[in-house]
Order: sequence, then structure tokens, then C-alpha cells
Amino acid sequence: MRSERYLPYLLLLPSIVFLAFFFAMPLAEAFWLALRAGEAGWSLENFRRMASDLYFGDAARNTLLLTAVVVPIQVVLALAMALLLGGVRQGRDVLLYIWSIPLGISDLAAGIVWLSIFTERGYLNSLLHALGLIDTPRLWLSYENPLGLFVSVAVAEVWRATAIVLVILVAGLQLIPKEYAEAAEVFGATAWQRFRRVTLPLLKPSLQTALILRTVLAFEVFAVVLTLTGRNLPVLAGEAYNWYAAYQVPGVAAAYAVLILGLSLAATWMYLRLVQVKPEVTTS
Amino acid sequence: MRQGWIVALASVMLVMLVTAVPPASASQSSVLFLSTQLRPIEEAEKMRQSILAGYPGHVEFIPVEPVPFADRVLAETRAGRVMISLVGGVHGDFPALVNAGALQPADDVLSRLADRGFVPAYVELGKLGTPYQQYIPWMQATYIMVASREALKYLPPGANLDSLTYGQLKAWGENLLKATGRRLLGFPAGPKGLMHRFFQGYLYPSYVKSTVTHFRSQEAEAMWKEFTELWAYVNPQSTSYEFMQEPLLAGEVWVAWDHTARLINALRERPQDFVAFPAPIGPKGRGFMPVLTGLGIVKSAPNPEGAASVIEYLTRPDVQLAILREIGGFFPVIQVAMPADLPAGVKLAAEAVAKQSASPNAVPSLLPVGLGVRDGEFNRVFVDTFARIVLRREDVRRVLDQQAEKMRRIMAEAKAPCWPPDEPSTGACPVL
Repeated sequence: MRSERYLPYLLLLPSIVFLAFFFAMPLAEAFWLALRAGEAGWSLENFRRMASDLYFGDAARNTLLLTAVVVPIQVVLALAMALLLGGVRQGRDVLLYIWSIPLGISDLAAGIVWLSIFTERGYLNSLLHALGLIDTPRLWLSYENPLGLFVSVAVAEVWRATAIVLVILVAGLQLIPKEYAEAAEVFGATAWQRFRRVTLPLLKPSLQTALILRTVLAFEVFAVVLTLTGRNLPVLAGEAYNWYAAYQVPGVAAAYAVLILGLSLAATWMYLRLVQVKPEVTTS
Repeated sequence: MRQGWIVALASVMLVMLVTAVPPASASQSSVLFLSTQLRPIEEAEKMRQSILAGYPGHVEFIPVEPVPFADRVLAETRAGRVMISLVGGVHGDFPALVNAGALQPADDVLSRLADRGFVPAYVELGKLGTPYQQYIPWMQATYIMVASREALKYLPPGANLDSLTYGQLKAWGENLLKATGRRLLGFPAGPKGLMHRFFQGYLYPSYVKSTVTHFRSQEAEAMWKEFTELWAYVNPQSTSYEFMQEPLLAGEVWVAWDHTARLINALRERPQDFVAFPAPIGPKGRGFMPVLTGLGIVKSAPNPEGAASVIEYLTRPDVQLAILREIGGFFPVIQVAMPADLPAGVKLAAEAVAKQSASPNAVPSLLPVGLGVRDGEFNRVFVDTFARIVLRREDVRRVLDQQAEKMRRIMAEAKAPCWPPDEPSTGACPVL
């Protein structure tokens, strides 16, 4: 029965080969590119150039701020939506489909949709004008209005990526047996107490997954920012792209990529520590 | 039994994965044509469906961005499996290919095209400083101004569109702001806009008659101060604009500067609403930048004869005029009379281009020459200088001194000698 013993490994092999080719190798290459400086051999020159760049400070600040603002909003919204869905009897599937439409739209298309809303001759200004609230179009997406830029991107990101958190949380909620909530109700727990003491602790594994996934993706935010603001709101992934495509300096682009990777790893580690999942929850 | 089956299946899948079948090579009769030009989908479609449709063979036209363009040609050359036969790009796309020895000299192709009447200066540019013809001139374009007719009544007194100065452009913007309450001048200063060409080919030559050597001169300092004043009348959304035809058609800006190919749709769609005119004049004359595109044959190409015959086809007088008529922003590189039946918008652009290059105080500049992969960093010096001085209001002298340092490093690393409008240099172009 040799074959049976090796079967799982054999079946896993294609995905391992895939991951090695498309993730591990580019990863190693990114480190290699970032840490080499021409003939000089190993050096931190690329990181020095990255850190002393005109846009680096703004890009790092904007990326962290966006993540700090967008991710909590998305988790709270998705949690509320998931709980609402639990209470809906008829048309639940239809509602879920509608809410997950943004998932099927590419970042770039989402950016263009929101650009057509916020631009000078866009839908928002047309609406405000029709309502008599403004006389001349307001400029929402101008470098002179950093708050407007930030809010526009945050709104677009919340619209675009809340659905992924929602889907994870809906799945998580469905795994929680109804008996727990019913038992709590029998003992006189209020709806808030049931949510706080029963649902939320049992939802922790899903919340952890959703938080890790969303935060890592938030560090990589790119297409929406690019379409809505151009370079007016620099972000880390956008700078990596600029260094690669516009300035043609792959080493510094790789340094940005390594920085984003570092941030993602740090965030993942933080969530694994902060949102501790007790073993009995995962095995129930 | 069952397990054995699955093992067999998994093994087959694995074998298929690791010994992926290479794609079938292009058939010998077809020509794979990679181009950094005519990328917008409408232009690419017109190229395929009407321009190349008249060519007797099959041409696969693939437009790509400049970085993947160079990457792909160089990767195929290095791998020794060349699929591309013909490449088309602007002058600046070629040095990287020539330096890597990826192009096959095209002197024999040029000698067969002696009757075309190419602009001699363009033929010389196509050698890229080597003894051989690296590319054959294909199309030319430049950057001009377009204004909405509504804006004309706010022109400052005494100003003439054909001899507008930068001072008058500023006064015009001021009049427009007073009359409408809006900032109606516009520039393509977005991430993919061509604003760096405005500084390199228009502002610097008009004020300083130099782009590199006198980058941080007194004249440059005065120029940046004046341009900062002018910027007060520029629509702040300019920092996201890429093709000025769109904000012009939307009415977001009334006066704009851009590449002819990025203005032409406004002129074609509503020729009665817009006027085209040459770039403004500064203290040192009218700086402007002609843009040359060319066609080259890849070394060890699968179909070099096909590539040569496509070059012969694309440089025919009737095809050159068809490109102008159908696509619009690109003008012939050969001697050919302009027909009377050009579309109205194309005619507007063609007249402005002719006036600009024929102007007696013209200061023509070339696209950067010989910078290779440092082209992007060179452009960045100008864009960052603009961002720091005009958008962030940093001290002009300090910014110019710091950016000049970066420029000096780029020139030294690229060992690039000066190009017009700078005086010729021996060795790397100096930054004083």
C-alpha cells in the first residue's frame, strides 16, 4: 500500500509546484533585487533611495492611515450586514448576491466607477447642483483638497472590499450552532448579551481570517487610488509601480515590495496574537 | 484499485504541468509587429482594420507600453527564440534595443526607399549615433495648444493666438478666472500625462534655451517663479489629467497644451468649437519639441523580409496620409502634399503644427537622446522639480540646486552628450 501513503503528497505536489513558481521564486527574486546595488554587491542602497524619496513619507503615511480607517469600518459594516442577513427570512440569497456584487468588479473598474462620481463634471456634483446645494462644480479630487482625496478613496475602498469580509463572516456565522443562542435566550440573555457573549467569541476564527486578509490587501491598495487621485495621494504599492514602470529602477521598486511584505507579516502576526482563538472554539 | 487510478491521474496532471507545451511559433508568412505607439484601443483598431488591411500579407499588430516592450524584445533576443519581426516606437524607445544589439541594421531597406523623400534630419536620428540605420522614420507628432472658441473673447488685448507669449497666456487665464470664477487653463500633469515634455521641450527652451546645462540658472529660477504664478489659473485637477482632449470636451478646461495625438479627438469631434495654435513664446523664443517615431527590424527575426515589406508599405505616401486621416495625431515623415479633403479637425492640428515649426523664433528640442534606462529618472527630475516648486511651494533656488545634483548624476552615469537645444558637449552633458 505504498501508493496510499504517498498519495496525499502527490496530490499536494501540483499546488506546491505552483506556489513555488509563482510565489516563492518571485519573493526570493524581490529580496535579491532589493538588496543588490549594481556591481557593489549586497547593499541597502535601494532602501536608502526609497526612504529619501520625495513621496516615501506621504506614501507610507497614506497607506497606514487608509488601512487604519478603512479596515475597522469594513469589519463593523460587514458584521452588521452579516447579522442582518441572519435575521432575514425571505430573499436572503438575493440580498447576499446584491451585497457581493462589488466582489466581482475589478479594482480598476471600481476606481473608474467612483471617478465618474467624484470628478468635476461627475454624478455627485450634478446631484448637488440639481438639488440647488452648489452653484459651480466643487473639486473633490484636487491636490489642494487632501481630505477630499482621502475620503473619496476611503469611500470607494469600503464599497469595493467590504463584501469579502461579509462573505467570510456569513460563512462563520452559519457554522455557529443555533442551540447556543437558544440556550442563552432561555436563560434570559438580551440580544446584546447574546451577541457579545455567544456570537462574537464563536465568530473569532472567521474574524481573524477576515482581518488578516483585509489588512494585507489594504497595504497593497493601488488601482482605486491610482484612478481616483493619480499621484495626488501617493501609496506604497503605487510608488513601487512608479519606480518600476516610470523610472525603470527595479531595485527600489523591489524595496517597496519588501516593505509591503514586512508590513503584511507584522499585521498578520499582530492579529494572530491579539485575536487569540481558544482551541475549543476551533475544534467545535 | 481506486487509489491507483487517482495516483495515475495526479501523475499525468503533474507531468502536464512541468512539461508545459511551448506555444506554437508564428507562421513564417505573418509579421509580428510590436509597437509602443497607437496604444489607445481606437487607434490600434484603426491600425489593424484600415491601415494594415491594405497590406497584402498578414500583420499581427500588438501595441504595448514602453517597459514591457523593451523587456519582451530583450528577453526574446536573450533566449534566442525571437517571435517579433518588426518594432515601432518613439526615438527614445530604441537606444535600449540598440545597446543590447537586438536590432538588425536597416540600411538596405532605406536604400530601397530612396524615392520617399524622408526628412534628412530624421534619417540621421534613426542611426542613433551609430554608423548604421537602426530604424526607419515612421510618423511624426508634436505638442500644440488647443482652446475652446468660448475662451477667445477673453484673450488679453493685443494678443494674437499665433504669437501668444507665456505672459499673455497667464493674463488670459486670469481673465477667464475673473469672468467665470473657474480656473480654465489645463496641463496633462497626471501620472501618465506628458507634462515632463512641457518642461523639457517648451518651458525651458523658451526661457533658458537649454534643458540640461543651464537647468539651475538665474533664468530658470525666474521661469519657475513665473510658471508658479501662471499655475494660479490652472485647473487643479490637472495633476490627474492624462489626455487633454477629455477635459476639453467636458468643458473642464478651455485652454490646454498636449501631444497632438492626445488632443485630436476634441478637434475631430467638434472642429467648430475648438481652435488649435502653436505653443507660446518665451524670452528666448518659441520652444517646441518634434516627436519622431520609427520602425526597426529585430535581429534573428523569424520574418525579416516581411518586416521590410511592412516598412515599405507604411512609408508609402498614400499610407502616410491614411494614417493622418484615420488616426489624426501623427503626421507624415516624407515629402507629400497635404490633400484638400482632410477632416476639419485634422486640418486644424496640421496648420498649428506647420505654424509652430515654421515660426522664425523657433527653438526646437529633441526628445532626450542616449539616456537609455535612465530616461525615466531624467523625466522625473523635471516632474519632481515641478511638484516641489509649484505644488508644494518650496524655495525655488534650493529645489533647483538639489535637483541639479540628481541631473548631474544621471548624465554622468549615462555618459550622455548634450542634445539640442543645449550646446554640443564632449563627454557627458554638463549641468552648470
